[in-house]
Amino acid sequence: MSVGVAELATRSRVHYLNESYGVKSWLLTTDHKRIAVLYMVSITFMFLVGACAAALMRIQLLDPAGAIVQPETYNKLFSIHGIIMVWFFLIPSIPAVLGNFLIPMMIGARDVAFPKLNLLSWYIYIIGALFVLYVVIYGGVDTGWTFYTPYSSTYSNSHVFAAAAGVFIVGFSSILTGLNFIVTIHKMRAPGMTWFRLPLFIWSLYATSIILVLATPVLAITLCLMAMERFLHMGIFNPAIGGDPLLFQHLFWFYSHPAVYIMVLPGMGVINELIAAFSRRRIYGYAFVAFSSFAIAFIGFLVWGHHMFVSGQSVYAGMVFSGLSFLVAIPSGIKVFNWTATLYKGSNSYDAPMLYALGFIGLFTMGGLTGIFLASLSIDVHLHDTYFVIAHFHYIMVGGSVMAYMGGLHFWWPKITGRLYPDKWARFAAFTIFIGFNLTFFPQYVLGYLGMLRRYAVYPAQFQALNVLSTAGASILGVGYFIPLVYLIWSMRYGRVAGPNPWRAKGLEWETPSPPPRENFEETPIVTEEAYAYPTRPRPARV
Amino acid sequence: MIHFFHFGKTLSAAWLLFPLHPPTASTIAHRVDYLYYFLTAFTLFFTFSIFAVILYFMIKYRRRSDDEVPEEVKTSIPLELAWTLIPAAICAFIFFWSCSLFFRNSRPPANSTEIFVVGKQWMWQLQHANGAREIDELHVPLHVPIKLTMTSEDVIHDFFVPAFRVKEDVLPGRYTSIWFQATELGTFPFECAQMCGALHSSMRGEVIVMKPDDFAHWLSSNAPAQTMSSTGEQLFAHLGCVSCHVDDTSGRYPQLAGVYGRQVTLRNGARAAVDESFIRGAIVNPNAQPLAGYTASMPSFQGQIDEVQLLDLIAYIKTLGSGQKADALR
Repeated sequence: MSVGVAELATRSRVHYLNESYGVKSWLLTTDHKRIAVLYMVSITFMFLVGACAAALMRIQLLDPAGAIVQPETYNKLFSIHGIIMVWFFLIPSIPAVLGNFLIPMMIGARDVAFPKLNLLSWYIYIIGALFVLYVVIYGGVDTGWTFYTPYSSTYSNSHVFAAAAGVFIVGFSSILTGLNFIVTIHKMRAPGMTWFRLPLFIWSLYATSIILVLATPVLAITLCLMAMERFLHMGIFNPAIGGDPLLFQHLFWFYSHPAVYIMVLPGMGVINELIAAFSRRRIYGYAFVAFSSFAIAFIGFLVWGHHMFVSGQSVYAGMVFSGLSFLVAIPSGIKVFNWTATLYKGSNSYDAPMLYALGFIGLFTMGGLTGIFLASLSIDVHLHDTYFVIAHFHYIMVGGSVMAYMGGLHFWWPKITGRLYPDKWARFAAFTIFIGFNLTFFPQYVLGYLGMLRRYAVYPAQFQALNVLSTAGASILGVGYFIPLVYLIWSMRYGRVAGPNPWRAKGLEWETPSPPPRENFEETPIVTEEAYAYPTRPRPARV
Repeated sequence: MIHFFHFGKTLSAAWLLFPLHPPTASTIAHRVDYLYYFLTAFTLFFTFSIFAVILYFMIKYRRRSDDEVPEEVKTSIPLELAWTLIPAAICAFIFFWSCSLFFRNSRPPANSTEIFVVGKQWMWQLQHANGAREIDELHVPLHVPIKLTMTSEDVIHDFFVPAFRVKEDVLPGRYTSIWFQATELGTFPFECAQMCGALHSSMRGEVIVMKPDDFAHWLSSNAPAQTMSSTGEQLFAHLGCVSCHVDDTSGRYPQLAGVYGRQVTLRNGARAAVDESFIRGAIVNPNAQPLAGYTASMPSFQGQIDEVQLLDLIAYIKTLGSGQKADALR
C-alpha cells in the first residue's frame, strides 16, 4: 500500500498529538487540546456506563411486572443513569471537550488563561467519577438523581453519601472550568477580536460559564447540608427533627434548573457554528442570538419553582414561577427562528454535522414546546412526575444537547485528529439516531398523559404496548450511537487526511493546520473581520 | 384480501390500545383536557411548520457547487421583533388560561366532604369523618365535592388520581390538600407519584365512585363505634390536654373552644390562621410558634402520637364550640 503525500506530510509534521509520547506526557499535560481529549475519553466511558443503566431500564419495562430486576435494583438503575448522565456526561460534554479544545483556538490564543487549573479540573472530575463508579460497583444509590429529602437524608439504605460526595466533588471541576473560560474569553482574545466579532459558540459558553460559577456552589452547599443531616442528625430537611423538606427542593432546583441551561446553551452554541459553516453565511440576527443566550442564562435563575408546582409550595409562588418559565420560551424561540432564517438563500449542504444540526432544531423545538405544557400550572398538575416530563427533558438533553455534541464532534473531528471519517456512515448514523430517538421518546409523551409515572419498576398492563415501542426505539438509538464510536476510532488511523479546513469554514480554528501545533498558531493571528464573514453577492437590483 | 383485513383490524386495535387521555371522571378533567389538546395542536403545528420551512430552504437553496456564493441577506429588525412579540403574546394567552384553571381547580368548594389521607412506606391509609378506615381504597360518592387532607408518616409521597387530573405531594410534618368531584361511577386507580423507596411503584390503590345512596350505606356499614372526633376526644383526655386547655380557667393557657378558623397573634407579632397545619404544629412542636399573651410552655407530643391520632385530635378540636364546622365532620 502506497502512502500519499498528504499522509506523509501529516505524519512528519509536529503537532499537539505527536510532540511527545507516553502516558506521562498525557497525564501531566497542560495543553488545552490534550485535556480536551482526556475529557473526551473519560466522558465517553461514563456515557457508556450510564447508557448500560438505561438499557437495563428499558429491558425491565418490556414487562409490566418487571422483566429482569427487583424494584430496589430498578431504583438504583435510574438513579445512577441520572447521576452519571447529568453530572458526568452532559454538563462536561460540550464545555469540557469542545469548549476546552476550541475556545483558545477560536479567539486566537495559545491556551486557556490557567492551563494548570485546567488539568486540575480534569483530575477533580476523575476523583468525582471514581466515587460514582465505587457506588456502581459496591451496591448503588436509590434516591434518584434529585436526592430528595427526607428519603435521602434519613430513610435510604444505599450509598447516598458516596454518590453525593462524587457529585459534590465534580462540581468543583465545573466551577474551575467556568472560571477558566470566563477569564480566557476576557483576557486572551487576539488583537482585533472584539466582543462582537466572537463566534456565537463563545458567547454561549461565556453565558454557560457564568451559570457554572454562580449556581454550582449552591449544589455543593445543599449536598453538604443533606450529608450533615444524614450523619450528624442535624434537623435541616427532615420535619421529624425540626427541618423542612421543601427547603431541600428549593436549594436543589436553584442549582439544577440553571443546570439545564448549562447542558443546553453550549449545544445552542455548537448549532450556530454548524449552521453558519454548512449554509456558508453569517448567522441571521447575530446580536439577537448572542443576547438570547444571556436572557436564557438570566431567566434560568428565576424559574426553579416550576419543579415544585405540586410540592405544597404556595399557589401564588406557583403562579409567579409559571409566568417566568413562559419567558424562557421567548429567547429560545428567537434562536430557532434565526437559525431557520440563516438557511434562507444559503448555500446549504447535507454534510453529517449539518444533519445533526437540523435534527437538533427539530427535536429542541419539540422539547421546548412541550416545556410550555409543563410551565402551565393546571396541565403540570396532571403531568408532573409522569413520563411526559421524561420525554420532555430527553428531547432537550438528548435530542438537543447530545445531538449538538455529536454534530460538533463530527464538525471538529478533522481538526482534533487531522482525519476525516467516512461521510456516508456518518449520515447514516445521524439518521439512525434521529429515528431511534423519536421512537424511544415520542411514545413517552403519550404514556405521560395517560398517567404512567416515572421511576416505576412495575406498571399497569395497559401501558405495555407503548413501552415495548419505546424499548424498540432505544435499541435503534443504541445502534445509532455505536456506529460513530466505531468509524471515529477507525478514522484516527485510516481516515482520509483532512487538511486545515475540509469544510471551507470561517473561523480562526480553521486557519491553522490539523491537528494544530502545540501553540495553536505559528504566529498570533490578527482579526480584521466579523465572525462568519462568508462571501456574499449583492442582492440583484429590483427593476 | 385477508391480509388487508387483518391489517385494518390491527390498526384499529392499535388505536384502542393507545387512548390519548385517561378516563375523564371529574368536573375538572375535561377542562384540563381542552387546554392539553390546544397545546398539543399548537406544538405539532409549530414543530411541523418549522420543519417544513427548513426542508423547503434545504432543498431550494441546496449547495449546487462548492464555489457558489450565496446572495446577501440583511437582518430585518421588524422580523426579529415579530418573532419575539408574537410568541410572547401566545405565551401570555396560555399563561392566563392555565392560571385561571389552576386557581379554580385548587380551591375546594365550602361544602366539600373532608377525607383524611396518611401515606407511609408503602401504603395509603384513608379515614372518613365517621371513623371508617380504608387501606389503599377510597370510597367516595358521585357528584359530591371531596376534599382530601393529606400527610405522611415518613418520606414525601404524592397522591395522584389520573382520571380526576389531580395530584399533590404528601409531606411529612404538614398538611396538603386536593379536592375533586367525581362525575363517573366506577373504579379509578390512584398512585404515589413521588419516589418513596423500594416499593414506590406498588404504592397504589383505587378510588371507588358510588351512587350517593350506596355510599351512605357503605359508610354506615363500615362505621366503627367511634367517629374521628370522638376518638380525638378520648385522646384529648388521655394525653392530658384537657387539664390545661379546657378545665383550667386561670387564663394561663389558651382555651380551644372556637379556636379553629380564627386568626391569632403570635409572640413575635405575626398573625396566623388556625388551620389543620397550625394545630398540628402546635401539638408536635408547640414552642416554635408561641402565642402572644401566654408565657407557659407546653410539652411536645412529637413521637408520642402518630399521624392518624393527630388527625383525630384535630377533628375533635375543630368541633369544640364551632357548630357549623363540627357538622361537616359528622
